[in-house]
Amino acid sequence: MKKYLKVIWLAVVLLFIYIPILVLAVYSLTEATVVGGAMGGFSFENYINLFKNEELRNMIFGTILLALVCACISTVLAAFGAIGTYYSRKLTKTLINTANQIPVVNADIVTGFSLCILMIVMLRVSKDTYIPLGIGHIVLTTPFVYLSILPKLKQMDNSLYEAALDLGATPAQALFKVVLPQLIPGILSGFMLAVTLSLDDYFITTYTKPSTFDTISTYVVNATKGSQTEVKTALWALSTLIFLIVIVVVVVMNVTSSKKKEAKREKI
Amino acid sequence: MMKGLCFNRKHLCIPYAAFLILFVIAPLIVIFYYAFTNGQGNFTFDNFVNFFTNTNTIGTLLYGFAVAIVTTLVCLIIAYPTAYILARSKFKKKYVLLLLFILPMWINFTLRITALKEILSVLEGNISAYPFLNSVIGMTYDFLPFMILPLYTSLLKLDNSLLEAASDLGANKFTVFLRVTLPLSVPGIVSGVTMVLLPSMTNYVVLDMLYNSTFIPGSLIFSYFSAYDWNNGSLISLVLLIIVFIVTLVTNRFSDNEKDKRVAIL
Repeated sequence: MKKYLKVIWLAVVLLFIYIPILVLAVYSLTEATVVGGAMGGFSFENYINLFKNEELRNMIFGTILLALVCACISTVLAAFGAIGTYYSRKLTKTLINTANQIPVVNADIVTGFSLCILMIVMLRVSKDTYIPLGIGHIVLTTPFVYLSILPKLKQMDNSLYEAALDLGATPAQALFKVVLPQLIPGILSGFMLAVTLSLDDYFITTYTKPSTFDTISTYVVNATKGSQTEVKTALWALSTLIFLIVIVVVVVMNVTSSKKKEAKREKI
Repeated sequence: MMKGLCFNRKHLCIPYAAFLILFVIAPLIVIFYYAFTNGQGNFTFDNFVNFFTNTNTIGTLLYGFAVAIVTTLVCLIIAYPTAYILARSKFKKKYVLLLLFILPMWINFTLRITALKEILSVLEGNISAYPFLNSVIGMTYDFLPFMILPLYTSLLKLDNSLLEAASDLGANKFTVFLRVTLPLSVPGIVSGVTMVLLPSMTNYVVLDMLYNSTFIPGSLIFSYFSAYDWNNGSLISLVLLIIVFIVTLVTNRFSDNEKDKRVAIL
């Protein structure tokens, strides 16, 4: 009896989470323009529009490009930052770790607004240069990359670095060929995290973006206020596509990581 | 030789340190400056006084608190049993089951709220008629995974022998939960609460998308931003910053040395 209750509870929570997404997915494959209304026939029209409509296409690729470029920059910045901090004095370490926590705990809207004031109002950097937008996304993502590299540095075997030096490597060689490879899992997961954070961001983008540029988030918010049915239903398709992509990525990442764990176990 | 080498490695953090000073610390100082000056750049307490004497802004702040607190409680009530069942179940691959619950974390929240809006419109008809209810539903829908994950990790670490010891010593199931399980999951509760409480005070987009005409502090910043009123906008940001600071101070006492949970999961 108790077991039934547990299963029912989990099922109800799952329904709450997934019903909206799944209903939208079903409607995205029909000719319907209103959820809850007549469905009409089966149709791929929304998915075709998503890539035929130039505005939508540019918006999607712009969002992805922004996320990838910013994630690359923030990963490099965070990786060197984390390595440098790890070998620094305690005071430097505390200061950098504390400053790193600020964007993590702070509300995104405050981060975005303060960057807007500093760069656009005070320093008069034009929004159209994309510089405020890029920096905003880097501020948002770098601290999280930093945090995902830090534990790998703590787990690292320090004697390997010393051994490399004893065997004649220069400090730079030892750093790139011995230290960096040990951090790669942290760097990769940090990079992925940076991409997802940037893709998901609304607030920092709103306060720093050029007026002609939209990311998925800002575009969707504007579209819900507008009345363009074609765009609205195309966004249902986008939502479904992203849902599918997330499922595939999460499944693939977990399958590979559990395979790695098994391989490790076998080695031992 | 050794000294020169350490010097070399340490220098790697300089770009990041400079970046933090320029784009994390400096903006906060600038907000502080703008909050206490007027449009002409003269020092003034007017923004401050206006904020705390204007019934609109104070009302918005209180309404924001109400939405945030109710959302946090609702998330906790839904997430705690869920995390408890998932963490204590004997299911072999419970990690996979957990993923199902936190998967939405990676889907763009504006798209998820669009989906929710469509469902609510079907259920309620005119969704603008229930502003408070819809704010709470929207925020809960958005932030639930962020509550489930930290609770799950802290409940998973729970030492079974402690629970067995408690029941061996005569505690009934309810007492075991109240006196052992609950206190040991406090770090998870605290980090879940911080991840829901603050965003639900500022995420005005959820309200906007649900055709809500009510305001939370986040909406105030946006309306000042749209009106090019940097000084009042900065003051609200400063107020939010102080709230964040207080919450962080309080929660650091309970923290579990676990930084952000999103880092842990990836």
